[in-house]
Amino acid sequence: MSRDNNKTSTEQRRPDRAALAIAAALAAIAAVIFLDVSRLREMAGYSQVGPATVPNWIAFALIGLAIWTVVEAFRGDFPEREKQQFGPVVWIVAGLAAQMLLLTTAGFSIATGILFALTAAGFGKRKLWMTIPVGIVLCLVIWLIFAGLLQLSLPAGPLEHLFL
Amino acid sequence: MATFEFLLQGLLAAAQPLNLLYALIGVTLGTAVGVLPGIGPALTVALLLPVTYRLDPTGSLIMFAGIYYGGMYGGSTTSILLNTPGESSSIVTALEGNKMARAGRGGPALATAAIGSFVAGLIATLLLAFIAPYIVKLALVFGPREYFALMVLAFVTVSSAFGDSTLRGLTSLFIGLAFSVVGIDQLTGQNRLSFGIPDLLDGIEVTTMAVAMFAIGETLFIAAQGDKGPDKVEAVRGSIWMSAQDWARSWKAWLRGTLIGFPIGAMPAGGAEIGTFLSYATEKRLTRYPEEFGNGAIEGVAGPEAANNASAAGTLVPLLTLGLPTTATAAIMLAGFQQYGLQPGPLLFATNPQLVWGLIASLLIANLMLLVLNLPLVGLWVKLLTIPKPWLYAGILLFATLGTIGANPSVFELGMLLTFGLLGYVMRVFGYPIAPVVVGLILGPLAEQQLRRSLAISQGDVTTLVQSPIAAVLLVLAALALIVPLILRARGRGEVLSQMAASED
Repeated sequence: MSRDNNKTSTEQRRPDRAALAIAAALAAIAAVIFLDVSRLREMAGYSQVGPATVPNWIAFALIGLAIWTVVEAFRGDFPEREKQQFGPVVWIVAGLAAQMLLLTTAGFSIATGILFALTAAGFGKRKLWMTIPVGIVLCLVIWLIFAGLLQLSLPAGPLEHLFL
Repeated sequence: MATFEFLLQGLLAAAQPLNLLYALIGVTLGTAVGVLPGIGPALTVALLLPVTYRLDPTGSLIMFAGIYYGGMYGGSTTSILLNTPGESSSIVTALEGNKMARAGRGGPALATAAIGSFVAGLIATLLLAFIAPYIVKLALVFGPREYFALMVLAFVTVSSAFGDSTLRGLTSLFIGLAFSVVGIDQLTGQNRLSFGIPDLLDGIEVTTMAVAMFAIGETLFIAAQGDKGPDKVEAVRGSIWMSAQDWARSWKAWLRGTLIGFPIGAMPAGGAEIGTFLSYATEKRLTRYPEEFGNGAIEGVAGPEAANNASAAGTLVPLLTLGLPTTATAAIMLAGFQQYGLQPGPLLFATNPQLVWGLIASLLIANLMLLVLNLPLVGLWVKLLTIPKPWLYAGILLFATLGTIGANPSVFELGMLLTFGLLGYVMRVFGYPIAPVVVGLILGPLAEQQLRRSLAISQGDVTTLVQSPIAAVLLVLAALALIVPLILRARGRGEVLSQMAASED
């Protein structure tokens, strides 16, 4: 979300841009709902109530909430935000994305080990040459417990196949 | 008398060696995870749900009961021993408990919390057992419109009655409701908002959403605050036993806390931690040692802690008898039931009494186990509290994704986990509450079904919703719960409401 809002104080009477972005997002969700259920409208049946009814109500409510958010944005009613550091967030999101992409090919232990190391990096432990192997070994142990004993279906990769 | 027999049968079922083992594993895991800083009962239950996947329904629910009570207990240990200013402002136990720990009376604080939790859990679980059959009888006369009205009331109280903004509470709720219509419509088989993606046809998993919002959202949020130095964990010095005076000052507070907490939890409006708040206020007014309040008064730990546990047992009343979750924790438990195709509600008492009563009985057993386990193991829990943040949160994400992968090893599911995690982070930054999203997601389809049934019966006439007296009263209550806080906030009296908000992450 926009960073500059953290510095501006509410006294300046400038609309809260982040809040306006939230309002736009709510309106966008409502639009997607209207668009998607419009093809269901003929399904209503004899009672005029069908699969489109409730989504439409929800979409109308979202529009109402979007308008309300705009009003609060202009009145400066949104709370002050604390300053966010984006570096750590990027590390952790990168870890989750890496796990997602590697899971099916590299298997649970390698993918999740990398997530482990990158999350620790987000909190300041940046020695990846050490944390990645530690993470992979830890995840392999967890894989052995959960896939072996509790029979959870966790994807196996080259490392896990050594134990199968 | 029938209740007593059922309960006895339940106790017999729960006392089988294997089930006792499940309960023991449940309380131990629940406490161990619940004690970790930043993990509340809702996330504890969501993280540990996968552990129960491969068990039969009875065993799994028994383990679940243990996890639930264990998580509650672990949370109070954290708030007593860990000084996290700002974060724990709404957890009343921390007010006096942490002060006691700093004054070297951490042992008695933990003891009064543990014994108070036990007393409250025992009384409240028995009350649950004796009240449930009456509510079930009442629920059987409920038609679709009464159910719908009840759910509307729950929606309002969970989202907007407490917390600091009606707008943000309602927005969270409707985001949850919007996600809840994704997938195949249960009444007509039409698919909605699935955009041709097969993974979305079954709808969005409540556990995925809860884990993403609570675990990943919270981790991102904590990481983005930067390094503020390690939290200070209070060592437990001196005796952990309570003195005679501690006992004398605690027991009345336990009972009062229980009596305050249970009804508040049991009402469909029990979404917030009002019980602990009221109990704290009561103890503060009744105490003979007013000067100690704010500096570590034992009543200020005993009362709220008992109220907290009593209201946790209380939330099981609407959950089991009506299928109505009023907290994020209850919503995740409902998801736990649904994975076995069980829908809690009056019918479950009729069709599967062994299961329901086994669950209630195992709550009693879990409660006893916690009392026996926890005080001796306090040293271990303190060690868990001192895990450095990088490893703690790396481990939390490891287990969060493990649960999702275990339930459904698909790249798409992990993508949703990441997306909702980012959503949870943004919501936290802007002060949106998380629980209404989860409750909206799981209760949305149920409310929609009831609404469409009642409208189908009336052939589309919306006024049918207020033509039954019960439904009308419930809807009026819901309207009041929406409007009164709005007026209070507009008049600048909103702080009380935001202090009462549940902080469940």
